Amino acid sequence: MTVLALQGISKRFGALVANDDISLTLEAGEVLALLGENGAGKSTLMSILFGHYVADAGRIAVFGQPLAPGNPRAALAAGVGMVHQHFTLADNLSVLDNVMMGTEPLWQPFPRRAAARARLLEVAQRFGLGVAPDALIGSLSVGERQRVEILKALYRGARILILDEPTAVLTPQESEALFATLAQMVAQGLSIIFISHKLPEVLRVSHRVAVLRGGKLVAQARTGGTTQEQLAQWMVGHAVDAPARRPARRVGDAVCVLERVSTAARNPADNRDALRDASLTLRAGEIVAIAGVSGNGQVALAELLSGTRRAVTGSVRLMDRPLPAAPSKLVARGVARIPEDRHAVGVIGDLPVWENVVSERLRGDAFSRRLLPGLRWVRGAAARAHARRVEQAFDIRGAGLEAPARSLSGGNMQKLILGRTLLAPATAGGAPARASRLIVAHQPTWGLDIGAVAYVQQQLIDARDAGAAVLLISDDLDEVLALGDRVAVMHGGHIGEPRPATAWTREAIGLAMAGTPQRAAAPKAAA
Amino acid sequence: MRLERRHHSSRAALLLAPVGAVAFTLAVSALLVLWAGAPVGRTYALLLQGGFGSVFAWSETLTRAIPLILTGLSATVAFKARLFNIGAEGQLYAGALAAVAVGGLHGGSGFDAPLWLLFPLMMLAAALAGALLLLGPALMKTRLGVDEVVTTLLFNFIVLLAVGALLDGPMKDPSALGWPQSVALQDGLELGKLIAQTRVHTGLVWAAALALGVWLLFKYTVPGFHIRAVGANARAAAFAGVPVTRTVVGVAMLSGALAGLAGAIEVAGRTGYVTLDMSPGYGYTGIVIAMLAGLHPLGVLAAAVFVAGVLVGADTMSRAVGVPTYIADVIVATSLIAVLVATLLTQYRVRWK
Amino acid sequence: MSDLLDILSNAAFWVAVLRIATPLIFGTLGVLLCERAGVLNLGIEGIMVAGAFTGWLAVYAGAPLWIGVAVAALTGALLGGLHAFLTVTLALSQHVSGLGITMLATALSYFGYRVSFPKVNTPPTIVPFAPMDWLHIPVLGAQTPLTLLALLLVPAVAWLLYRTPLGLALRMAGENPQAAESQGVSVAATRTGAIVAGSALMGVAGSFLTLSAFNAFFFNMVNGRGWICVALVVFASWRPGKALLGALLFAFFDALQLRLQQSGDAFLPYQLYLMLPYLLSILALVLVARKASYPQALMKPYRKGER
Repeated sequence: MTVLALQGISKRFGALVANDDISLTLEAGEVLALLGENGAGKSTLMSILFGHYVADAGRIAVFGQPLAPGNPRAALAAGVGMVHQHFTLADNLSVLDNVMMGTEPLWQPFPRRAAARARLLEVAQRFGLGVAPDALIGSLSVGERQRVEILKALYRGARILILDEPTAVLTPQESEALFATLAQMVAQGLSIIFISHKLPEVLRVSHRVAVLRGGKLVAQARTGGTTQEQLAQWMVGHAVDAPARRPARRVGDAVCVLERVSTAARNPADNRDALRDASLTLRAGEIVAIAGVSGNGQVALAELLSGTRRAVTGSVRLMDRPLPAAPSKLVARGVARIPEDRHAVGVIGDLPVWENVVSERLRGDAFSRRLLPGLRWVRGAAARAHARRVEQAFDIRGAGLEAPARSLSGGNMQKLILGRTLLAPATAGGAPARASRLIVAHQPTWGLDIGAVAYVQQQLIDARDAGAAVLLISDDLDEVLALGDRVAVMHGGHIGEPRPATAWTREAIGLAMAGTPQRAAAPKAAA
Repeated sequence: MRLERRHHSSRAALLLAPVGAVAFTLAVSALLVLWAGAPVGRTYALLLQGGFGSVFAWSETLTRAIPLILTGLSATVAFKARLFNIGAEGQLYAGALAAVAVGGLHGGSGFDAPLWLLFPLMMLAAALAGALLLLGPALMKTRLGVDEVVTTLLFNFIVLLAVGALLDGPMKDPSALGWPQSVALQDGLELGKLIAQTRVHTGLVWAAALALGVWLLFKYTVPGFHIRAVGANARAAAFAGVPVTRTVVGVAMLSGALAGLAGAIEVAGRTGYVTLDMSPGYGYTGIVIAMLAGLHPLGVLAAAVFVAGVLVGADTMSRAVGVPTYIADVIVATSLIAVLVATLLTQYRVRWK
Repeated sequence: MSDLLDILSNAAFWVAVLRIATPLIFGTLGVLLCERAGVLNLGIEGIMVAGAFTGWLAVYAGAPLWIGVAVAALTGALLGGLHAFLTVTLALSQHVSGLGITMLATALSYFGYRVSFPKVNTPPTIVPFAPMDWLHIPVLGAQTPLTLLALLLVPAVAWLLYRTPLGLALRMAGENPQAAESQGVSVAATRTGAIVAGSALMGVAGSFLTLSAFNAFFFNMVNGRGWICVALVVFASWRPGKALLGALLFAFFDALQLRLQQSGDAFLPYQLYLMLPYLLSILALVLVARKASYPQALMKPYRKGER
């Protein structure tokens, strides 16, 4: 029986065609994987289904009934539930509050909390998702929060469940648990749409696959009858070779050494993202990749080496001198930083592209001249010339140097960030620009399409071959294993002993990510 | 009803926006004129004439514009860095008081120094008074996370009470027959007239020069970049190496200084002494001017003249047809809201589901 | 010292405390509702002026006192509707919209007053609310009914926020609007309702001044009380019970400084005493700053359907 039918869905955002005449069906009791690379239109399509956006054209029918567009309430009433990629939970409220919210009519003077609590626990038990109803969301782990997200939909009696990149934030073991839950749900008669860009998962979990590319539906197949290579080819549009490993050629001296470093937690109530007694050595000509479930200190590590967080105990040395505290000094000493969130932290969206290119180095003599103590005059011509060089060298495409940086696409914005930090200006004496000594890359390929991902990864490899020490922090285990010369796992703010990438098995990494002690490994961090 | 971002704004829309805003404002105020029982056309004509219709009108408008330019600049600098300084009114009075304290007639101040030294000292004191006054709320914001809107607002009341206390006591002019006003400035310290036989004083030149200075600061200097960066996205600015706290403190001092100078220049150019009612809300009006100017320092000049013209015109008009002068404040407040909405409409399209 | 004890043991002092606290309770609850839903409403100062004026004008025109209060509430609601339109529908800066409304409402009120009473030397008066003599409770019996209403509103608002589905939806709109929207609650409607209701309370706060505390409308009547309410909400950690406590505490010090002025330390200028309330508000803000747990979506505009 067809439980869901999408017909001719199209949606544009300005000049961007996100969905182009897509028609799909979902059968009862099946898991349909919606596959596509970043930007292919998967999330948009599902957001239209759930009512966050209104399609420009097309119809949706749920259980044979037409669905009113643009209205999450209608979707919920029809039995459609969505588990968002970025959780829609209120930290300051309890699990029960979050689940109950919106389920009772607003004019009702008394909430039926006891009944709601009983129902929540019953649903949780039925699907094997344990929760504590009165716990505040702020105190839960990521995996637990996802369980609450799922329960929100199940509590409302969803018969069709949409999961948007659910394993992006889970360890391999937690992902397995999720797959088991999915099987339970199917056994109970639910139908599931599973959005992902990870091929192995898709093959494992789904009955059918629909592939989106550039906003169009390019292929549909039964999962049993297709292969990873075929799916990859559909996703990208041409044959894709697995990236070849390029091992490090010559590993040099230590560039940056962390010794027993601890940082304060940014949010005192949230103890998860701080460093605890962390030690690491980064050497020239080598990529050290850090694996780990996000929320285990990766942000603290990246911010520490980017100059936006201080160490409370321990020492950090950069080429035999203490690590400078200010970002501008770090840049001057050859540290290149690629932040996790390019929109919110990487660029200043309202300012023009050229100002963003020189923003890190504006106080240096290359781009400004000292008029008075504390007052430097910007050398506009020199700055713009350098920006043009970066634009050309890194192939940044957009509306020009004067356009605001937020007008750039994700991939081009990342190229701006790479270019500004990797390409130093030529010094006044005409000597060639100094290459970076240390590169701190935090989720550098997140949210980029395959072409941009390959570009960024190549830049990191090239920088390594030119003698830089590269620290790569990534949620994407495949990326970590493919690029890292040595791989370490972070858990609870502690950095495990790095091992050569070839020495790790997926199972071992998964256990390490979950904090299970390993044989002959560093002692587990004190809780 | 929904809003959808446009990918580019047409030139026509950008120019039409302020015009549409002004038209809307005039329409709304026309209703008020009718309520007051006065003829709309004649009232507006008188308003326009009173503000811009004669050399005398222009001179009054320009005189009124001087403190408005300065408080407008004060708000522009602060708001550009997302520091919501609502305390310009208090900073203005603090500056005026400091000026009189330094430059007052012998007996009101203890300074006995040559005039050429006293004048810059006086201005410096005024700027410093305003700067220090805003420093408190700024530090409370950066160190403790206290929202500066409420603290700067509350300081206005505190400063005004302090001024009242000082004018009743130590800084009172003994020869003023009991009126609460301060000692007057020494003669040589007053600002000369820019245009003879009018009230327009050289403070206008100072104000225009400062506007130019702020514009140059924003556009061509590194501190100006820091200010714009912090206002646009403080997190990204910090990542790029901008010293955020230092920038905010610097902005606070500059913004406070400009408002303090507004007070000093009013004293030195127009009144000669400090009274409790010397500012009919210039500090607050400065915020409206900054918003009308789109936080552009040179736009502040135009916006200040516009608002000053409306205020002056309203005075004249009120004497003739009896429509209360408060209509000027209504016009100014309405045009603020109208300009905001109009600017928004140039960036977003309205979609009716 | 004995002066102080004299003051505190005098029942009239406590009567004054409750009286001063009443507009603050209304106003703070009003701001609390707006901010819990995620919107800063700096229009409160102007809305209080407008409420004071329109409520008083209605009574002057012959309406019964409670109708005057209703008119003030309606005025507040209308101004709140404007603020909601600007900040929720159009997602404009909440700071600027609020300040604009304060300026507009104040100017309109003063304009309206001058148009209605062009040449008066003494402000025209009305007969205000009478004390509740029928209530045989000390201190409280000397208050007017609006004070009783204010005190009853505190548990009512608390119950609304914490014990009804509507309150939960309101709090969710202020913590995570995306979550609210995903669960079928219209953030726009919820926020607009909260702002309108909160602004109505602000209007009533203003009407207390002209219909109860005093019997006439005069300029600079509100004198910063609106801003003090904004500070008190932070001090109260956005909780109605603590808001009452904050209002009473503030009123205590305000009443105290008035009495101290009168009891006669003639060496200190009276302005110093008048400064006390404002200084205390700033102090209160500083003290709770570190621990403040803001509604997480406060002051962040929410645009539905935007990429």
